Amino acid sequence: MHPMTSAPYLVRSRRPDRADTVTLALKPVEGPCPPFLPGQFTMIYAPGVGEIPVSISGRARSGGYVQTIRAVGAVSGALCRTRRGDVVGVRGPYGTAWDLSAAAGLDVVVAAGGLGLAPLRPVIRELAAHGSRYGRISLIVGTRTPATLIYPGELARWRDRDGIDVQVTVDHPDLAWKGPVGLVTRLIDRIVFEPRRTFAFVCGPEIMMRATAAELVRRGVSAARVMLSVERDMKCGVGRCGHCQLGPLLTCLDGPVLSYERAAGLLAVREL
Amino acid sequence: MNAVVTESLEPLIAGLRSRGFTVVGPTTRDGAVRFAEISCAAQLPAGRGDEQQPGRYRLTERHDALVFGFAASPDSAKRYTQPPRQSLFRMREGTVEEAEAEAPRIALLGVRACDLAAIAVQDRVFLGGRHPDPAYRKRREAMLLIAVNCAVPGGTCFCVSMGTGPKATAGFDLALTELSDPHRFLIETGSGRGAEIVTTISHRPATGDDISAAEEISRVAATRMGRQVDTDGIQERLAGAHDSPRWAEVASRCLACTNCTMVCPTCFCTTVEDSSDFTGGVAERTEVWDSCFTLDFSEVGGSSVRGSGSARYRQWLTHKFSTWFDQFGMSGCVGCGRCITWCPTGIDVTEELGCIL
Repeated sequence: MHPMTSAPYLVRSRRPDRADTVTLALKPVEGPCPPFLPGQFTMIYAPGVGEIPVSISGRARSGGYVQTIRAVGAVSGALCRTRRGDVVGVRGPYGTAWDLSAAAGLDVVVAAGGLGLAPLRPVIRELAAHGSRYGRISLIVGTRTPATLIYPGELARWRDRDGIDVQVTVDHPDLAWKGPVGLVTRLIDRIVFEPRRTFAFVCGPEIMMRATAAELVRRGVSAARVMLSVERDMKCGVGRCGHCQLGPLLTCLDGPVLSYERAAGLLAVREL
Repeated sequence: MNAVVTESLEPLIAGLRSRGFTVVGPTTRDGAVRFAEISCAAQLPAGRGDEQQPGRYRLTERHDALVFGFAASPDSAKRYTQPPRQSLFRMREGTVEEAEAEAPRIALLGVRACDLAAIAVQDRVFLGGRHPDPAYRKRREAMLLIAVNCAVPGGTCFCVSMGTGPKATAGFDLALTELSDPHRFLIETGSGRGAEIVTTISHRPATGDDISAAEEISRVAATRMGRQVDTDGIQERLAGAHDSPRWAEVASRCLACTNCTMVCPTCFCTTVEDSSDFTGGVAERTEVWDSCFTLDFSEVGGSSVRGSGSARYRQWLTHKFSTWFDQFGMSGCVGCGRCITWCPTGIDVTEELGCIL
């Protein structure tokens, strides 16, 4: 099959996630769903509208992919408006993965900005399920407003049931908000980790990832142990459209997950 | 050298056509040499030459009967290896129909050494990675390549700098060198398919004089490059030149018109277009050539990563001469000079490299 040909997938369930975000469970119309590694993405096609890369946020109970999409453009808007039983196209999974085995035995810091929590969800679920393999586990989350926070129920479960230190900050509080206000980097002061024995997974807007990674490294975490997920425009996901270049990297093949050691120099160049 | 000589290309063209090949060769149209289907040797641009300079292309009259007396034309083999527009698939309810991959039996006549190098670059891009393109493979396998060794390089050529020409050394089925006094063609074979075709046309074995005349043409052509580039350490030197003030200077002249990328024989970037019928029941995806000079090429979350012209020019030039090595293990530039000739403001990539490095 041509690498640009989508396979038809059924929307098995659609769960609105607060304001403008939905979580879809997608399952192939025929045959099994290819396995994925946490951090990988698929290309999801809204028929007649277009296709976008979306990170996989989990495996559905029915055997398909769970993917969380925020309506920001025509394609994501169309995907967010799909209903149960609709057919979309899916290709993948593609790209590099979060390396959980490298975090074994170490303190783990997971830092998410906005929708960046979605690609980290499989990481957190793994940490929650096998907490004894890791040291202290912290999850820090920044979001625009309390209403844009995704997975609030799961965040509470990870904190209350799984013993993960979960901290959330918002840019713009509402009247009911009693938690921290400001950038996610400010939460680093509120969590406990031994920098020289820490592994970090960071996902969010590029400016948030740069600031968070730089702060972790400043505190002594090795840049090789800070992983980021880089976002770039993609039309193919398979290294043939050219859109996702970040200097020498084709983000679709060499990313999206990169170590800060590799990404720092590239992210420091304006408009690369 | 295993070579033969023929006085006319007529039997070759007729032989290819009788074997079911569509023969595509140079013709003159719209004031330029353009590839088009030909049915006889008389359609080749006999006695026509060209003048190429930054931002300038003119057809000229030659004072001889050479049919390949011109340099690289705006069309390259890319038009046939990677069509400008191709349907990918149609989706109807829960079913997907793949477009029938077109693999016409094309004999491309008049391919230059730089363009053979460009095809090798495309092979690496489309077949060399983790996700090979079966449609590209089919087109390539169905294509017969008849090279022509350059006799008259253009004013914007620099294939010698890039190590890709002017003589075709690999990747062809047949390679011609056009000789004068008397007018004749030396034919080298580069594949079994090429050798088999040669057996069907009238020819005589090449003499030592034929071969040395052909060698002289390639030797002289190599000394007549209009441009040159110092490629020593170019990958590393460019990778360290992100902050050059020259990017802003060249951006002040660049119209971001995308011409350089459209005429480039290796630029492979594409985008996709989506359409559906009036009922919305059938959706079709089409892949079309795209260019990193467009503002929406690098759009993320509603704004362009490379919003400035200087960043877009830097992306293009750095990709060609530096990051292409990181991605594909080879240069993305083959020195054909088309981007210089067809730039409406005459931006000269060799001059820019000289200033930046």
